[in-house]
Amino acid sequence: MRRITLIAVPYLWLLALFLIPFAIVVKISLSDTALSIPPYTPTLDLGEGWAGLKEFFGGLDFENFKFLMSDDLYWKAYLSSLQIAVISTVLTLLVGYPIAYGMAMAPQHWRPTLLMLVILPFWTSFLIRVYSWMGILSTEGYLNQLLMGMGLIDEPLIILNTNWAVYIGIVYTYLPFMILPIYSSLERLDASLLEAAEDLGCSRFSAFWLVTIPLSKAGIIAGSFLVFIPTLGEFVIPSLLGGSNTLMIGKVLWEEFSSNRDWPVASAVAVILLLILIIPIILFQRNQQKQREADG
Amino acid sequence: MGEKVFAPWNDPNEKPLIQFRNVTKRFGEFVAIDDQSFDIYEQEFFALLGPSGCGKTTLMRMLAGFETPTEGTILLGGQDIAPIPPNKRAVNMMFQSYALFPHLTVWENIAFGLKRDGMDKGAIDARVDEMLKLTRLEQFAKRKPHQCSGGQRQRVALARSLAKAPKLLLLDEPLGALDAKLRQDTQFELMDIQEKTGTTFVIVTHDQEEAMTVASRVAVMDHGKIIQADTPAAIYEMPGSVYVADFIGDVTIIEGRATPSGDGYDIAYAEGQPDLHAKSERSYDAGQTCYLAIRPEKVTISAEKPASGNAVRGRIQDIAYLGNLSTYHVELPNGQVVKSQTANTRRLSARPFTWEDEVWLSWTDTAGVLLGG
Repeated sequence: MRRITLIAVPYLWLLALFLIPFAIVVKISLSDTALSIPPYTPTLDLGEGWAGLKEFFGGLDFENFKFLMSDDLYWKAYLSSLQIAVISTVLTLLVGYPIAYGMAMAPQHWRPTLLMLVILPFWTSFLIRVYSWMGILSTEGYLNQLLMGMGLIDEPLIILNTNWAVYIGIVYTYLPFMILPIYSSLERLDASLLEAAEDLGCSRFSAFWLVTIPLSKAGIIAGSFLVFIPTLGEFVIPSLLGGSNTLMIGKVLWEEFSSNRDWPVASAVAVILLLILIIPIILFQRNQQKQREADG
Repeated sequence: MGEKVFAPWNDPNEKPLIQFRNVTKRFGEFVAIDDQSFDIYEQEFFALLGPSGCGKTTLMRMLAGFETPTEGTILLGGQDIAPIPPNKRAVNMMFQSYALFPHLTVWENIAFGLKRDGMDKGAIDARVDEMLKLTRLEQFAKRKPHQCSGGQRQRVALARSLAKAPKLLLLDEPLGALDAKLRQDTQFELMDIQEKTGTTFVIVTHDQEEAMTVASRVAVMDHGKIIQADTPAAIYEMPGSVYVADFIGDVTIIEGRATPSGDGYDIAYAEGQPDLHAKSERSYDAGQTCYLAIRPEKVTISAEKPASGNAVRGRIQDIAYLGNLSTYHVELPNGQVVKSQTANTRRLSARPFTWEDEVWLSWTDTAGVLLGG
């Protein structure tokens, strides 16, 4: 009995905070828009008994999903989000791996400080940090002032409101999620493995390629998913830093909800986004599982 | 004696494989290796033996190329190895932790070094199979290291370091992680493999029994210096100093004053006791402080006073029963404890002596070694 109670806690948590809200979203996605509060129909009226229930289910259909298929805005937004998420994940990996490597190779007594520095940005509001990037990247921003002051450029660079600004914002925001898992896998790396590789004829570089990279693979995969999954649905960064041609599904979803007040279509967008995300989430969990098994 | 005794270090015409020439290694202020010169010969099984922090691992890492000498030169086959990086040296190392690549199978681990040499696939296959056979690992080729037992991992590490047929194989505490029984078997296996491959082995260990078993020569180290390098028998029977005598095996050290007498020295070790007598190859001044080192198995224990030789009387303080042997700790009237060891040749025989018994200990004039310090 106690065991069941114990297991029930996480399931109740999932039920209350994920499954029930998701069921509501699915229900809304199958409804129609209406000029009412809430802005969709049908709503369940249990007072009418069996007839009410029948009427309720009769009112649900897949019209919104059909609409998503027919309007190319949506699938273009999904594709564009995928593209931005993939590119940003690769960029974050390219920036994050050397940082994680440097941290793991740093003297033992420096590591807690370095770790602290990576986590430190989380102490400031995410929104404020993204806004401050606007100040850095804008035409009259700090970056352009610095580059022009140094005489490196004559004309200010147009970065803000382009996809470049979005990439910079995403790499900056999600960098810790990339660094931490890679760092933890590199920190456990036995230094004698690299000496053994060298002893057996590897150069420093090939030892890195043949030993360090494969042994930090689990960290790379974990970090990549931790960046990729939230980036796919990201909406704050593209709306603040991106331009009018930055198309991301998170932004579309937000506009459907707030500007169009079309909750059913917005919900349909969200349901499809979740279905797309299930694949990488399952892959991520399989990676974590494999890692745990390898650690024994 | 049909076969020639293997002792290249006594042959002045023999060219050493490795020569240390006034090698010093400092880490900041700390002197890890203090101006050492010595030679290691081809096909030798050379053991570096000493307590932790004595510099034996530093010596080995200099041979592997992971450390460079602060002063002096190391020659391998007459060539200075200082400018050669570890990946270009004909030297391989078996690491204390084995350092097996966890993401590769046993087969791939052994093939790792061969692949780096750009050998063709057929040659690699043949060499890896040969190594698997040598170390009896044929059935485990497809396993990952974490699926192997400690003894198997040890053999994989050995196979991997031997695969490239190095001129010199370095073994860093190779048996440290194995339990006692397995360690003994593995020691003989190691000697067997060394003989079969004809590779020069340098082993680092803190286990004196292991060093004595496997090595052709043992170098006893302390504080960055080789105190004595010689065959296991010479180290044991003719230690050059009290440190070596004490470090290797069990020993009783009796301090006294030497007086030349006849063909040796009389040693006055306690007031009111007759002097001990010992022959010695070294000479001492009259009245000089000296130390008589006697191995317990060379001391006879008896109830009656023996007719000849050195004899002292004492009381049994402790008995260590080891199964095959018993060691008696006998306290002399001056407080000195002398150890005597006897073989338990008969099964279930009643012990002739027990605690608190008064006994006589005796040994011949040549049983002990007289040392200056």
